Amino acid sequence: MSTLAHVISAVVAGVVQVGVVCVGGPLLLGLMRKVRSRLEGRTGAPVHQPLLDLRKLFAKQRVSPEQSSWIFPAGPVVLVATAVAVAAISPLATTHPPLGQSSDFFAIVFVLLLGSVFIALGALDTGAPFGGMGSSRAMTIGALAEPALLVAILAMSIPAHTSNLPALVRLGLVHPAVLVSPTRILALGSFLVVILAESGRLPVDNPNTHLELTMIHEAMVLEYAGPDLGLTILGESMRLMLLLGLLVNLLIPWGVANRPGALLFGVGIVVLAAKVAVAGAAIAVFEVFTAKLRLFRLPELLAGGFILAVLGVVTAVVSR
Amino acid sequence: MSAIHAAAQRLLVERPRRAVLELVPEELCDATSVLMAGGFRLMLVSAHNEAGALRVVYLFVDGPPDQRVELHVRVSGDDPRIPSLSHFSFPAGRFEREMRDLFGIEPVGHFQLRPLVLHQHWPEGWHPMRAGSVAPTVMNLDALPFPFAEVEGKGVYEIPVGPVHAGVIEPGHFRFWVVGETIVRMKARLWFTHKGVERLFEGRDLDSAMALAERVSGDTAVGHSLAFCLAVEEALGIVTDDRTGELRAVLVELERLYNHVADVGALCNDSGFALANAHALTLRERLLRLNERVTGHRLLRGGLTFGGAALRSLPGPIELREIGEQFHELVALANANSIVMDRFTGTGILSTAAARDIGVLGVVARASGLELDARVSNPFVDLPETFRPSRHDTGDVLARFQVRCDEVDSSLDLLANYASREGALEVRESEPRALSTGHGSGIVEGWRGTIVHRVEFDLDGALSRAKIVDPSFHGWPALPVALADTIVPDFPLVNKSFNLSYAGNDL
Repeated sequence: MSTLAHVISAVVAGVVQVGVVCVGGPLLLGLMRKVRSRLEGRTGAPVHQPLLDLRKLFAKQRVSPEQSSWIFPAGPVVLVATAVAVAAISPLATTHPPLGQSSDFFAIVFVLLLGSVFIALGALDTGAPFGGMGSSRAMTIGALAEPALLVAILAMSIPAHTSNLPALVRLGLVHPAVLVSPTRILALGSFLVVILAESGRLPVDNPNTHLELTMIHEAMVLEYAGPDLGLTILGESMRLMLLLGLLVNLLIPWGVANRPGALLFGVGIVVLAAKVAVAGAAIAVFEVFTAKLRLFRLPELLAGGFILAVLGVVTAVVSR
Repeated sequence: MSAIHAAAQRLLVERPRRAVLELVPEELCDATSVLMAGGFRLMLVSAHNEAGALRVVYLFVDGPPDQRVELHVRVSGDDPRIPSLSHFSFPAGRFEREMRDLFGIEPVGHFQLRPLVLHQHWPEGWHPMRAGSVAPTVMNLDALPFPFAEVEGKGVYEIPVGPVHAGVIEPGHFRFWVVGETIVRMKARLWFTHKGVERLFEGRDLDSAMALAERVSGDTAVGHSLAFCLAVEEALGIVTDDRTGELRAVLVELERLYNHVADVGALCNDSGFALANAHALTLRERLLRLNERVTGHRLLRGGLTFGGAALRSLPGPIELREIGEQFHELVALANANSIVMDRFTGTGILSTAAARDIGVLGVVARASGLELDARVSNPFVDLPETFRPSRHDTGDVLARFQVRCDEVDSSLDLLANYASREGALEVRESEPRALSTGHGSGIVEGWRGTIVHRVEFDLDGALSRAKIVDPSFHGWPALPVALADTIVPDFPLVNKSFNLSYAGNDL
């Protein structure tokens, strides 16, 4: 195949991945809510309810607090933009995404976190007390979660001699033995704790609460309404899908297309959707049986994540 | 020794069921100190505005056996002043602030003279409960700042919350001063739903007054209407038989049951454990349907009549046992969840000393080690020998959770006991009326705590004054005390464990 064909197929793959994450994120949210509802003995809203909510929100008028500056509307936009960028270049359905060479694990994760920073800034920008409270809590959790994430990525990249994400996924396809190595398992365990913390799920944050004083993420987006709120929900759900997608592809890479081709890519999309759905449902089941930790207990949980990651590095160095 | 001192001393020796002492303002402190030293608690203060003059009634209660002493104090109408009892009892100080706002009676020597009921936009010197008082035409600006004491220091910041909240709850404004996440000080501002309920009772015919009493606080229909009913019966000399008491006790315990089950679920929900709440809501629905079969109304309205009670059916032993089993499953779920237990344990501690000083009642008092239960101290029906009020000593959220769990069990036992007794489902007033005094009080241990109503009738037999005291009135000042050194995200949990009424407090 010519270089041009390669470029075109990579770009198409990127665009399709973005589309899948845009639709899949809200559906994932709906699925997780549905699973929780059913397990709690309720009927629950249909799985596509978040998509209907988004349609409603995007049709509304835009409202901003009087005192806020350009930061406030910029927050949700940056959140979605970073999610879109990451969705395009991540090895979700294929190990040959566009700009695959620059799809570095460190870079990708921290581009995603840029969205969090902007949401926190947007919350501070309103001057409302809850925004500041939510931002302060979210940044505290972030400061504890991110070191764990950094070390986890380091652990995974030691055996692969690279932190390039498509290469890490490809390594699992070519040498399945790395998948059951203690390094990979410990690092992914740490990654999972960070995902729960960063996406505001139990036991870190309760996404369903109406108690404004306990909120973390919800407190930050309390002032958003209409299309801005829609973007926030879309961005957050895309981020959850991306993080879960990366997690499952690093854990069980089979199904990800390792060669170019429309059919393999199509299969990759379907398998990705299935894997993410199972992972999301598993988190929802976990959430039913757990509760929200006391805020001052969170450092213990996140320190646990950090220790897992450190142990991952140790095993990687020892087994070299 | 003054005459009033001797009269009060004599009451402590003779211990009559009911007594009234007429006195002048100068004698009030003397009489109060004797009664309080003798174990009486001040449960209600009611001001009355009659032609030209004002009168204040202090209701002191002790038990068991049930004893009530009323001090009636006449106050001049032109310059109404009474000596303050705020240094004897904290609740007295709050009753006096309420009276000062609504009647303009000045408590002399009060240590905390600031408005309680009326917000800052009402004009100065306007007292809505004074005879002939009309609604003011000019209001102060609504936008005047709330006068809160400032807390200063390095890193202290303020979080204002409410009166409009993110969830569907009643209005209250809370202001927190916080360092990091730790609460340094918290103040609650209430009376956003003050609607003049007591005034609405005046001159009302008794049946519609009963309907109004059922609506004082929506979740306490039986508690408030029964306290009102007992007060009216005492005032009019209506005598009731034992069967009436049993039927009424069934209603009180059914109300306790559905509210405690909902609270146990809500406490779990507020710590993020929605599964237990889902089970609790299922059980609550079952109880509401049971309520409907018993009274024809899901919130137990319409089961009481003056001099009797009218039920449609009684809960059966099998159903009560099933409810108990369902509840135990739910509690086992919560107890097995270490995160939930960690959130409850040691959170929002109200010490026994603080609980006693502030004068809290009901669930909150029993969770802080106080043995206060009007079912024992001021009963309207004979209790089974085996009944013991629940008591826990730690005063934290866990203790308040456990008191509720215990009381669900004891309510089920009481229900099984009363429902198994032989008798009619409906009792109408049949006994001859006794000599009427024209005033009376009713005390009921509602699910939150002790509810006290006091009514007066004028010479024409019309209802001239009704005074209501919901246990929430005594509970709200304890909330900030329990919050000292608690972290902000635990506030909703502590608040829910108190679960005080806004409507019952604001009236």
